[in-house]
Amino acid sequence: MSATVAMILVLAVGTYAFRLTGPLLHGRVDIPVRVRELLAAAAVVLLVALLATGALTESGGFAGWARPAGVLLGAVLAWRRAPFVVVVLGAAVTTAALRLAGVA
Amino acid sequence: MRSPLRTPTAASLVRDSSLVWLAAGVVGVSFGAISVAGGLPVWVPVVMSLVVYAGSAQFSAVGVLLAGGGPVAAAATGLMLNTRTAAFSLAVGDILGPGRAARLLGAHLVTDETVAFALAQRDPARRRAAFWVSGIGLFTVWNVCVLGGAIGGSALGDTAALGLDAAFPAVLAALVLPALRDDPGGPDDAGAPGGSTLSGLRRAAFAGAVVALAVTPFVPVGVPVLLALAGLALVGRRAPA
Repeated sequence: MSATVAMILVLAVGTYAFRLTGPLLHGRVDIPVRVRELLAAAAVVLLVALLATGALTESGGFAGWARPAGVLLGAVLAWRRAPFVVVVLGAAVTTAALRLAGVA
Repeated sequence: MRSPLRTPTAASLVRDSSLVWLAAGVVGVSFGAISVAGGLPVWVPVVMSLVVYAGSAQFSAVGVLLAGGGPVAAAATGLMLNTRTAAFSLAVGDILGPGRAARLLGAHLVTDETVAFALAQRDPARRRAAFWVSGIGLFTVWNVCVLGGAIGGSALGDTAALGLDAAFPAVLAALVLPALRDDPGGPDDAGAPGGSTLSGLRRAAFAGAVVALAVTPFVPVGVPVLLALAGLALVGRRAPA
């Protein structure tokens, strides 16, 4: 089991190091406005990529129709500035209803 | 970080965050249950959730372990998935608050959802409040639920039937799409959110998502979203007013 402990430790330390990059650099290195804006843009690009892959893929393949359909409805609601609760519950309920109706 | 929590905005932050907590809680229960059902001792998912605290990386690492992939492959898979948190931490580096403790603690709370929550707010005080409200709540709920799942086993039914797998992408949609909608289409357009001098964010995000989807079947987990950063090449600078 010591190999598992080592795995957890390596994963924990590595992940924390990634997470510490921004907070450590802030205040020590003078980051130009242009770079800061690019970093914010990078976060948005990453989040949209996570949104797309999370909606459409599962274990490297297609996630089936029910999930993307629910997320698509949520995305339309979000684009039209529906409240957060409506977006999230709308997506989950749609996906659940489609599965209940036999759509994978 | 205390004073913003007493403002009326705190109620709306908690209300919106609580849905993410609920969804994450169910995922946490299933993570604990799956790990133990697969033959791992209770402490493995519990300790992992506390010190790694990254849902997708935890699932992948345990998945590799349970599939017989070995600890090195498990750690590598999890780390590859978490490289994106470096970019996220750079984006929120200035909103955690002053002081060493805030930075050291806040860094551990950097997750997709919490960063999205913080960046979706307009002014700095609200960003900071959103980060801490969403982050502390998510950390608490996640860990309590993983413990519950590890001990309680498979009392939870089929989560797919509840449509919860659609909830997380929908959370991201709710948090990033309104900002993208406001993004000007071309370099001559004015009035971007947050006073940014960048333009073409919508194009960049769309191109990045297409790249990520296109490479998903062919590359290891975690790599697709990193390749999405290629979309940043389409970000331009707005012409000065």
